Formats: sequence, C-alpha cells, structure tokens
Amino acid sequence: MRELEYPFDAGFIVTQKKKIKRRLLEQIKDTHSSCIPTRVAVLGGGTTTDVKDCIELFLLHCGIEPVFYESEYNRYYQDAVFSNDELDSFHPDFVYICTSNHNITEYPAITDSSEYIDGLVSNEISKFTAIWDALFQRFHCVIIQNNFDMPYLRPLGNREAWDIHGGVHFLSRINMAFAEYAQTHEGLYICDLNWISSDYGLKEWADPYFWYMYKYAMALEAIPYLSYNVANIIKSLLGKNMKAIVTDLDNTLWGGVIGDDGVENISLGSEGSKDQAYQAFQRYLKRLQTQGILLNIDSKNDYENALAGLEHPDSILKKDDFIDIRANWDPKDTNFLEIAKTLNLLPESMVFIDDNPAERHIVREQIPGAKVPELTEISYFAATVDRSGFFEVTNFSADDLDRNIMYQDNAKRARFEKTFSDYGEYLLSLEMKAKIRPFESLYLARIAQLTNKSNQFNLTTRRYTREEIEIVSEDPQYITLYGKLEDRFGDNGVVSVLIAHCGDDKCQVDLWLMSCRVLKRDMECAMMDALVSECKKRKIGEIIGFYYPTKKNGMVRLFYEERGFTKIEEDENGNTVWKLEINESVEKQNKYIEIV
Amino acid sequence: MTREEVNKTMDEVFQDVFDDEGIHVTESTTAKDIADWDSMMHVTLCVAIERKFGIKFNMDQVNTMKNVGEMMDIVLSQVS
Repeated sequence: MRELEYPFDAGFIVTQKKKIKRRLLEQIKDTHSSCIPTRVAVLGGGTTTDVKDCIELFLLHCGIEPVFYESEYNRYYQDAVFSNDELDSFHPDFVYICTSNHNITEYPAITDSSEYIDGLVSNEISKFTAIWDALFQRFHCVIIQNNFDMPYLRPLGNREAWDIHGGVHFLSRINMAFAEYAQTHEGLYICDLNWISSDYGLKEWADPYFWYMYKYAMALEAIPYLSYNVANIIKSLLGKNMKAIVTDLDNTLWGGVIGDDGVENISLGSEGSKDQAYQAFQRYLKRLQTQGILLNIDSKNDYENALAGLEHPDSILKKDDFIDIRANWDPKDTNFLEIAKTLNLLPESMVFIDDNPAERHIVREQIPGAKVPELTEISYFAATVDRSGFFEVTNFSADDLDRNIMYQDNAKRARFEKTFSDYGEYLLSLEMKAKIRPFESLYLARIAQLTNKSNQFNLTTRRYTREEIEIVSEDPQYITLYGKLEDRFGDNGVVSVLIAHCGDDKCQVDLWLMSCRVLKRDMECAMMDALVSECKKRKIGEIIGFYYPTKKNGMVRLFYEERGFTKIEEDENGNTVWKLEINESVEKQNKYIEIV
Repeated sequence: MTREEVNKTMDEVFQDVFDDEGIHVTESTTAKDIADWDSMMHVTLCVAIERKFGIKFNMDQVNTMKNVGEMMDIVLSQVS
C-alpha cells in the first residue's frame, strides 16, 4: 500500500488508521498472502495506543500479522519486573519498551555533586537493566528499547551539552550506557528515539500539548515515524529485509546520457555541484554493498557504454561491485525479473532505483511487491533509500560481510559450468564438501533466520523463532539437521535445515528447507541420506513427509516423490502427505558431495 | 465558509476517522452516538479536524467541547 511507503503522510496514517487497517486485511485476503504471525508486547511509559496501532499497520504492510499486549499507562516497570498473569500467558516474541525522557526518575539539580549525579545515572541504568534481565529470563524474547529523546527545554542553554548538571549531557550519558548494554547482550535492540525525534524536528516532536492532554510523549502526527522504526526492527529480525538493489545508470549513478553525451561529458566527480551529488549517491550504494546488499544494473544502454561509465575515474562503483549487469534495450521489468532469477531471489526482495517515473511505474505495475522508492532530485536519492527501511540491520553476521563474495563465486560457478557438457561431471569438479550435523548453538540465529526467509525450497513453510529453534535442538524427541556446503569456489555457509519429530516408530518431518543459492547441487540428497541414517540409528521404521503448497513453493511439490516416497494423502487444497519405509532397499542418494 | 459547509466537511472527517460512510453528524451529535468514539479516538478526531480545516484547538477547547455543534463553533471562529 503506497500510503505506508516512505515518504509517507504521517498525519494521514494516524488519523485514518482504521480505514488503512481494513484495506490491508482485505488485500491480504484477496491475494491469499501468507503472513508471519508474531506476538508483540508494548510496555509504555506514556500512552501507546496509536504507537501500537501504527506498528500493526506497518507490519501488516510487509506480511507480518501481529497480536498485541499493551501495558496500562506507565506500568512498563511493574509489567516487566513483577509477574503478571496476562503478560505471562501472552508470551511475547517481542517486547517493545516505549519510554521517553518523561520517564526519567530524577534529573540533576544545579547544586548536585558529581558523585551524586553518577548515582543518578547508575540508578536509571539499574532500573532498565532490571527490566531487560527480567524479560529475558521470563520470555527469552527480543527486546526493543527506546533510548531517550533530548530535552525540550534547556535552562542552561548550550551549556546543557557539556555541563554534568545539564539535561542534554545527562540523557546522552544514559543513551551511551544503553548502547553499551546492547553491544554486549544479544536480543536487545535500541530504537533510536533520539535520532528519530531530531530527524523529525524536536520542537514539533516534543509538543508538550500532547503530553499534558493525553500523556503522549510525542505529537500525534509524529507517532507513525516511531512505529515505522519499531516495525523495521521487527521486520528485519523476521527475515523480511530487502536483499538486493537493481539500479539504473543514466541520471541515476551519473548525470547525463552516456550513449549521447559520451563518457567524458557525464556528470560525476568532485567538481560541479551535481557531479558531487551523483558521486555521493554512489558512495552510499557502495556502503550498502559492503553491508551485504547485492548491487545490480538495469539500464537502457549498449553494454559497452555502461561499462565505460563504470570505468570513469570518478566512479566509486566499479564493474566488480555488481553481480548482474543488464545493459540492453529490453523492458526494465523483464531485466528486473531476469536479475531475480540469476540471484535466486524473489522479485519482492529487491529494490528498483531509477530516476525515470515511467520506468518506476512499469516495474511497480508489472512486478507486484517489488520495492520502488519515489525519487525526486539526485541530492535526495540517498536519503529516500536510507529512510525507506529496506535494509534495517539488526543482526550483522559474517555471512552479510561475505555475501557479495558468495554471489560472485556463484557467477564464477555459472561460467565454469558452461565448460562442461555433462552436468554430473560439473558437479564432481566442484569438489563439494558438506557438513551435516544436529543444530549447534553457533548456528541457531542463522537457522531461525533461514526458517523465516526461505519461501521457495520450503516444504511446510513453518516459521520458527530463535527460542523455538533452541527448544527443538535440546529435545531428544526431535531430529534436527543443518547442512553447510563448501566447494572449490568458496563457502556457502548454512544452506539447509531439517526438523523432524519422532514417536510411534515414525519420524515426521516438520520442516525441510534449502537456500536457493545451492539448487541442483545434490545437497537435498545429502540431507536425505543424513535423515535416513539418523532414523536407522534410532530404529525408526518410516518417515512421513508433508508438502503444504504456498504461492512460492511450487518447485518442491513433487520433492518427496523424487526422493522415493509414496503419496498417502491429499486434500482439496493440494496439501499432501508422503511415506517412506526404511529398509535395506533405501539407498544413498547423494553422488557428488563428500560428507565431512 | 458557511456553517452548512463546515457540517458537510465535518461529515467527511468523521467518515474517514471512523471508517464508516454511513456517519452523518449534526449539531447535537456527541461521543455517545458513535460506537467507536472513545477517549483515544477523540485525540485522533481532534487532530483530523485540525488537519482538515488548518486550525489548532487549545486545551480549554478540547476539554470543554460537548458536541459537534461546539466543535463547529470553534472551527468557524478560526477559519475565514
């Protein structure tokens, strides 16, 4: 829904939230989209009704269907630290602590000693640490905590910033301590109220009218910006981030049309004002790329001209920074889909960047779900992409740092494949090695992430939280397997996950998924072998597999048949149940991967 | 703006906020007449009216307004 995409009209959202919610629910129903359910507790130091309502809109908009618990006004501390039946039985996945500078217990007085003020800081920290520790212990949940917005008034004027008695200085110290806690505790994420409020404009944000009238810590029309940021954190943790950028060249990465003007006349560099703006936008994209975002080109140009632009001495982005370069005269939406196919990504997890409104329109119309930010002038391209929340970073792993290398390795594999006439020979020459083991603590976060973002090679599309993954990994009734694949071109990381539960001589497969980056590499056969051998070890007689169709997992409709299972049930919705008896005639299926 | 015009625009605001095109407000409409009009929706409603008419209510006005008629009085006193 365009109304919920950045830059949005926050006043419109907050005053027409009821209508927007109805439309979102209708849209979800009409398109038969499957949403990720999640449980969010909002514990507030002020009124939070609209904060919660707007979080709901932004989450529904990206395919997450939340249910809420909301604390009573200013009961955040009690709800977190003391037992509360309603919250206990709600069992949140996320707890959002929505506090602001109104919730500070005591600010320094001008006569306070330095030691006394140290004490005030540590009292605040202990109060919040007690909240976080209690929540982690009770719920093993993710906590999202606001830091503090800067004070609305400055009785000391600019001295507030550096004098220990100043409110600005005091709150900054506490914010720094919050950051330190977040750095050392997995599961606590800071919602940067300080930045969000200053970006909005503190004077309007902190309009005291709303506090006195309704105990809202910010103006009503500012609330969607806060909710949007909270929703972005949740969305990112549930694996709904965007993964790639597909960008235009002319008048997007540089000024001018390279085919007409020639490489020497394009606008790019450190001289003219527009030259700098284009270069700055390139620098921003380069930064995203180093954070694991895959860059690609979709440009109406001759290929040679496109490359000439990237070889421009002032071009920050070079040919090797891109995974797939499509510079041709095909429609942009066709190229966009081809790029998705090359990367094995869903088109709705890619962002299209183009200065031309007509091109944006065609991609938006032809590819439902593709993210197409509205761009105005080159000076603001980066700001629009930046504030669109496409790439909110919550967990930053080695995998993210290496992602571009992995995809470049994939491109090398594809070129290598072309030198073989026989596919089996190609697979052998990849010298693949797989490690297949029960879940290990090191990989729990990655495993949970995969269960939330894998859609295509996914038999049941069951989503798991990190906590649920931890629980099944410790339960002896469960068989858990993760698969990690390496080959001559590099390490693909954890790419396959399987969860099954055993009982009555049967092993029922609850989840089986694989990352599409290793399709057709025999990895599914290796996982199958590992499952069969584990079942034999446990003396289990049969494996039961399930396939639940979604809009995206058609590729594995007959997966169990291919593995030698027999179909035993099928309902009117296409849900199927499959059976395999384990006996001597079940053979090893993997031929090409060495198991280490 | 005439009182009739304000009333008509007021209808649109109420329909948008409560997502109900069947709502028509009169001078004597109060919170009791509209099912969803609780204290939280009152906040939303006031901001929606301010946005629509480009006006700003003060604290006294919001605290004392008793019905839609009084809302319209305030709107009319602020719009030209």
